[in-house]
Amino acid sequence: MKAIVMKPADNVCTVVETVESGTAVAVQSGDGKTTITVVDKIPFGHKFALRAIKQGEAVKKYGETIGLATRDILPGEHVHVHNLESCRGRGDK
Amino acid sequence: MKFQGYRRPDGTVGIRNHVLVIPSVVCANRVARGISQQVSGTVWVEHQHGCTQLGADADLTAHVLVAHGTHPNVYGVIVVGLGCETIRAQDIAAAIRKQCPYKPVHLVIIQDEGGSVKATAAGVTAARAMVGEASGLAREPIDAGELILGTECGGSDACSGISANPALGVASDMLIDAGGTVILAETTEIIGAEHLVAARAVDDKVAKRCYEVIDRCEALATGMGVDMRGGQPTPGNIEGGLSSIEEKSLGCIYKAGSKPLQDVIEYAAPITKKGLVWMDTPGQDIEQITGMVAGGCHLVVFTTGRGTCCGSPIAPTIKVATTTPLFHKMNDNIDLDAGTVVTGEETVADVGRRIFADMLAVASGKLAKAETLGFNDFAINRIGPTM
Repeated sequence: MKAIVMKPADNVCTVVETVESGTAVAVQSGDGKTTITVVDKIPFGHKFALRAIKQGEAVKKYGETIGLATRDILPGEHVHVHNLESCRGRGDK
Repeated sequence: MKFQGYRRPDGTVGIRNHVLVIPSVVCANRVARGISQQVSGTVWVEHQHGCTQLGADADLTAHVLVAHGTHPNVYGVIVVGLGCETIRAQDIAAAIRKQCPYKPVHLVIIQDEGGSVKATAAGVTAARAMVGEASGLAREPIDAGELILGTECGGSDACSGISANPALGVASDMLIDAGGTVILAETTEIIGAEHLVAARAVDDKVAKRCYEVIDRCEALATGMGVDMRGGQPTPGNIEGGLSSIEEKSLGCIYKAGSKPLQDVIEYAAPITKKGLVWMDTPGQDIEQITGMVAGGCHLVVFTTGRGTCCGSPIAPTIKVATTTPLFHKMNDNIDLDAGTVVTGEETVADVGRRIFADMLAVASGKLAKAETLGFNDFAINRIGPTM
């Protein structure tokens, strides 16, 4: 198992080994199984998108919002601080 | 379910029998250290405070120092002062004696003794005698329900919320089922997950307190006028895959298990309720541990993804790695491996039971790795300026 989906409502998953760009990763979410080809290198412990996420849409992990997409994100794309912003503790906004 | 501990004359329970050397002020650090280094069986703390502090901030520093002296893991105390400080060693010693009249307390004031050399000698003489007396005490069987566990996650990575924290949550639930107490703290690392903790509050008043302490904490961050990211989550957290404080918090709260939240208390406040209690502390590891121990925690279980070596001077601090490679890489410092959840070798419940078994072994006298290496990390949360 290379990737863990914490809750069925999630639109990202966490990889538990580093995955090279172009790798097809089998993902189990709830009862459903899919295969997603990652479009970036995903380092151990980092996340990729399970489906397309629109700019401004909530990024979901643990079934909860962990931030908002700052641009459109493709399925299989690395999701991290470059395309996700926190909604909390934002003294800069 | 029993462990082997020390029953104090006032009925409280200790899992260690330390002789503790406490400086009341930064100026007495060197003498406190000098005393402890010459007497095997003592521990000491150092800190940057004790002078030119005001009001509630001075009170909090004094309270944390006194609370370490009165802690049931401590047999006796040497209090060291310079002689002209705001937080006077005489007052610290008197407060410890008042609360624990049975406890040996010795006062050393550097200016009165005639300098650091004579003060160190006086402290060594008193500490040597105390260690001798302490060594005569025997452990006895004590119910696990009397234990107070502090939970902590520091140097989190993306596996914290998958392996070590859920496993610690299982151990937390086991302790509460046995009648014990578990502390959830580091309020900053609950931002974004507070609704899930508040939903477990025993009543509306406690639920309201959850949101109040979160609002107070978040206001401190936004008041700095920057994005909290970088301070929380830290650069190491981000490198480990955590993208926001919400993501960190959602993984963080797993360590508090699934039991109802009984109360929300202030930093370092005495822990009086059984079950799960939230102590409002910063996310900085050492300030958090110091606050939880001052409140009465007997031991700390500390999960880590990036790796950490710290430990309280008086409360055993058990480390749990989120991944097996980290467990091997920092094996001198990390006691247990929860990475077996990630590899599929063990379930979360299996690791939780291992953590609980180790807690009881450590409570009975087995040394945590941070103790074998002499870690004595200590940091008091400041709430006011240095004048």
